Amino acid sequence: MSSPKKVFIKGNEAIAMAAINAGCHYYFGYPITPQNEIPEYMAKHLPATGGEFLQAESEIASINMLIGAAATGVRVMTSSSGPGISLMQEGFSYFAGNELPAVVVNISRQGPGLGGINATQGDYFQSVKGGGHGDYKLIVLAPHTGQELYDLTIKAFELAEKYRILTLILGDAILGQIKEPIVPWIPEKTAGDPDRDWLITGAKGREPRLIKSLFLADGEMEKHCWHLQEKYELIERDDVMLEEVDTDDADLIVVAFGSVARIVKSAISQVRKAGMKVGLVRPITLFPFPRKRLQEIGGRTKRFLVAEMNTGQMVEDVQLNLPGDCEVEFYGRPGGSVPTPEDLFEIISATYEKL
Amino acid sequence: MARVDIEIERCKGCALCVDACPEQVLKIGKEINLSGYQYVIVANPDDCTGCCRCAEMCPDVALAVWR
Amino acid sequence: MKQVFKRPESMTAKPFHFCPGCHHGIVHRLVAEALDHFSLREKTIGVASVGCSVFLYDYFAVDVIESPHGRAAAVAAGTKRVLNDRIVFTYQGDGDLAAIGTAEVIHAANRGDNITIIFVNNSIYGMTGGQMAPTTLLGQRSTTSPYGRDCNRDGYPIKMAEMLAALEGPSLVSRVAVNTPGNVKKARKVIRQAFQMQIEGKGFSFVEVLSTCPTNWGMTPQAANDRIAEEMIPYFPLGTLKQKDVVDVL
Repeated sequence: MSSPKKVFIKGNEAIAMAAINAGCHYYFGYPITPQNEIPEYMAKHLPATGGEFLQAESEIASINMLIGAAATGVRVMTSSSGPGISLMQEGFSYFAGNELPAVVVNISRQGPGLGGINATQGDYFQSVKGGGHGDYKLIVLAPHTGQELYDLTIKAFELAEKYRILTLILGDAILGQIKEPIVPWIPEKTAGDPDRDWLITGAKGREPRLIKSLFLADGEMEKHCWHLQEKYELIERDDVMLEEVDTDDADLIVVAFGSVARIVKSAISQVRKAGMKVGLVRPITLFPFPRKRLQEIGGRTKRFLVAEMNTGQMVEDVQLNLPGDCEVEFYGRPGGSVPTPEDLFEIISATYEKL
Repeated sequence: MARVDIEIERCKGCALCVDACPEQVLKIGKEINLSGYQYVIVANPDDCTGCCRCAEMCPDVALAVWR
Repeated sequence: MKQVFKRPESMTAKPFHFCPGCHHGIVHRLVAEALDHFSLREKTIGVASVGCSVFLYDYFAVDVIESPHGRAAAVAAGTKRVLNDRIVFTYQGDGDLAAIGTAEVIHAANRGDNITIIFVNNSIYGMTGGQMAPTTLLGQRSTTSPYGRDCNRDGYPIKMAEMLAALEGPSLVSRVAVNTPGNVKKARKVIRQAFQMQIEGKGFSFVEVLSTCPTNWGMTPQAANDRIAEEMIPYFPLGTLKQKDVVDVL
């Protein structure tokens, strides 16, 4: 039996490759470290697909070009890092109000401000709590390996189309830059239904259509907001994703996402060998947050340790969604510092000792 | 022989058509439409040449011209 | 007798919300007439911007995408890149295009994106209540230049048509006015030329239309039309500043 073909590529390249294989032939973006391999890969490979790569003049232009392209129904993507994603926030709000699908990738870097180019998880709030204005949410996916970057990019296009929502892939500089072997599988579905009733294509033989988010009549906007809310509830009902490692008998559960979860996995295998019963909950959808499952787990396990590369962001959602008698500790490394498995082993052990 | 028709409810009484007409065919009337504007009326219909200057200037596309 | 002037097919029947005497109505009509002239209605996508023209979609019987403030040129570029056989136009005021949207319009022009941009320059911000615009004239009062625009504080009024005409990308850059029947006829011709450039794939076409805002200028509609001739045209001269392959349009 032959093993599936693998390629040895950077995380950023895996994302771009997955997008093209998922039928995304339109990319508009702007360079920013540490994600430049994404626009570069697109520039090189999109022309052959008959699609278009365009280096826009700014991230603001990028997200707005995406609005124009997404309205026609094709699969579209842009990518950036924290500061560029900040510029795109107004556009995200418009995507939500317009109910247009698209995929956006954030390969996070240090912040706030110009920060630096090393990895952090400091954009959790920006992604999940909405950096843009108004009552809206994005689907936020947090991969933790090169293969997952590839897989979740494909999933992102499906979810974006299924729910007419902007789906954000939250990566970081480590995930974007490390090279790993990945299997570049081709999905079955590579385009949305061409007969969707909202596609902007020119009013030939039909009534004109309109993509807008302005609702001025009495009660109109409230109705629209509740409609969006219903959509988010549906996504939570059907498409939450998380991974659990050794949670069944755990006395202490670490909650982590992305790169940190990967480092925690290494630490946990050592911790288990040392006889401590520790598990990991790894949210994969940061929105919708796996709060139902967390509530269930918190019914049995009472001690949690949230590990993130920031000063405390996801920890708030963990605290919010656990039963009242659970205790939540926090271990944070902001500003580009990356914990080692040994760092985490020590912290987990120290926390476990206090049980 | 020519004619200009006014869609009364579109008229805002801006009077640009009155000023544009070289034959003084139009003038602002005394009646108001449903929006409260004193709308334009055809005061001297026989003088209309159908030149369309009024319709060209109307910002509300309230005028139609026959010639 | 036959009808020699009627509302264009590409325009809906909805009465305009604009103030009495506002030139938006004339410009909307000229664009709709151009779409009719070339039978473009069913293949046109309009990109509405933010300002008094925000409700453009109520008046044009075409597919429309609403754009965030200032970004219409980018939105249009995105749509045109996907649907390059459709006609894509934006319609923007002086705040949308010459303030917040300068980067987007310059780069769309520079790339030669095959879209048509209608720029309504009335030297003031209308929808938001009469603040200074980048095109407000020196000495002109507005709610944010109550003592008159001062070149030391605010710089000079910006000449978008001249700036864009300096770039390689555009196929047509022209400035017109609609304050007199004669000027309306000339504007009609230029707007048709702009759409013809797009039809022929010649690249970015741009028409700046000097317009009035009687309400925020504090003038009657006719006095406002006179101001165009007396104050605005001397600073913003009319004419075609750039045209690739001269086309004569009937």
